[in-house]
Amino acid sequence: MKAVVTVIGKDKTGIIASVTGELHKLGANVEDISQTILQEYFVMTMLVSCRSVEFEKLSNALSELAKKVGVDIKAMHEDLFNVMHRI
Amino acid sequence: MVSKNEILQTVQMISEQHLDIRTLTLSLGLFDCISTDKKKTADMVYDKICRLGGNLVSVGEALSREYGVPIVNKRIAVTPIAMIGASSGGYIELAKALDKSAKEIGIDFIGGYSALVQKDFCEKEKQFLLSIPEALSSTNKVCGSVAVASTRAGINMDAVALMGDIIKDLAKKTAKDGGIGCAKLVVFCNAVEDNPFMAGAFTGVGEGDAALNVGVSGPGVVEKAVKAYPSADFATLAEVIKKTAFKITRAGELIGRQAAKRLGVKFGILDLSLAPTPLEGDSVASILEEFGLERVGTHGTTAALAMLNDAVKKGGIMASGSCGGLSGAFIPVSEDAGMIRSAKEGILTIDKLEAMTSVCSVGLDMIAVPGDTPASTISAIIADECAIGMINNKTTAVRIIPAPNKEVGDEVEFGGLLGTAPIMSVHKSSSEKFIKRGGRIPAPCHSYKN
Repeated sequence: MKAVVTVIGKDKTGIIASVTGELHKLGANVEDISQTILQEYFVMTMLVSCRSVEFEKLSNALSELAKKVGVDIKAMHEDLFNVMHRI
Repeated sequence: MVSKNEILQTVQMISEQHLDIRTLTLSLGLFDCISTDKKKTADMVYDKICRLGGNLVSVGEALSREYGVPIVNKRIAVTPIAMIGASSGGYIELAKALDKSAKEIGIDFIGGYSALVQKDFCEKEKQFLLSIPEALSSTNKVCGSVAVASTRAGINMDAVALMGDIIKDLAKKTAKDGGIGCAKLVVFCNAVEDNPFMAGAFTGVGEGDAALNVGVSGPGVVEKAVKAYPSADFATLAEVIKKTAFKITRAGELIGRQAAKRLGVKFGILDLSLAPTPLEGDSVASILEEFGLERVGTHGTTAALAMLNDAVKKGGIMASGSCGGLSGAFIPVSEDAGMIRSAKEGILTIDKLEAMTSVCSVGLDMIAVPGDTPASTISAIIADECAIGMINNKTTAVRIIPAPNKEVGDEVEFGGLLGTAPIMSVHKSSSEKFIKRGGRIPAPCHSYKN
């Protein structure tokens, strides 16, 4: 399955490195990535393929990382976005 | 891949605007549990619910984690118990079996302590109705409903009269908790057989053995969307609401279908109902006020609600071929921060709410009235609601709490999703002679459609 990972929080150095490093450790592959700074806030969305890792494990690992880095990280099933925004 | 803005919009809908799956409701038919023995019937009901519903909570929790959408309630709805217990007569035993099974599998509520008496009732059904106060006051998770009218049958005024007494008795039996038992009982006109929302959920006689129905909510999401168009005309506003309702519906259907698949049952219907909670930013009243009304309940409220309800339905129908249940906007007073405020200020009255129920998706909901309100006045309020439903071919309902020892100006705290109800005033002029007539108000002319 594919998951959409969103990372939102106060901007600082090393956020991308922490998140992609964690995904690499889990064996998840980043297929698409978009990042910007909106009014001092770091906003990143990623499409992650997690065939080799259980979604639950990925989600828990990213929640733990969110606490460590001090940003909000969510992993959600890709299908949710497709059904809501595409006819 | 969807765009970054679309992703962020969904994330915001969930984290800031309270978009949630309000309920996964497993609908179970219980006809195969009927027997002539009270204990045997109750045991079979308990076993069937635990067998088919045992995984409901774990499936709901897993889906919530996977899709990142909160699933607030997991519930079960069953065939009206008036039918299941008619042969054995063990209604209270059945209520206890429902309660025990709900606790065993960890669900929030179980609905279906119900009867369909819209045209007439037999002696067994009357016995069932009289068992309601004991059944709902001696259990925690059991909800009940009684259909007393329909467009096809008219209004069973004998049942309406009886419901006034039953509601008073139930309030008395749960007096120490503000009459909370009445929050678990709904009186219907044109009852819906696949509604997943409590307290009125039951499995209709035309339904199958097992299906998963899903109820989606999100008044906060609609409010946010409307807020972005402060001076748009109504046609534009209707489009904005439709598009928002579309997105919410699609999220609900996805999760509902997944839940049905994992539970190994059919997917039933999706009910998109803007159901408020007492939380700020989760209010139907706030949407109406965002339309340009200073307070909900003032002139213009009925028109605003009519447009909202219709636009929600249109967006839902476009999004899913499985829209059903009640789909629209709920207006429960105690569960909506904006309604509570307006009722306290005396702007929102029962008479205005009655007008609003002719255009919303259900009826007079979670309304607390003085504890000394006569049973005949409660019956007359039910009769008025039934008349609106019967004539307008729509579902109407009454969930009213005559709060013991409370007067206008007081309030009663139910806690959780049920919220806080300000005591609303009712007319003092008696309706007793009207209710005493009994019999049936005939079905309207337009019911003869064959």
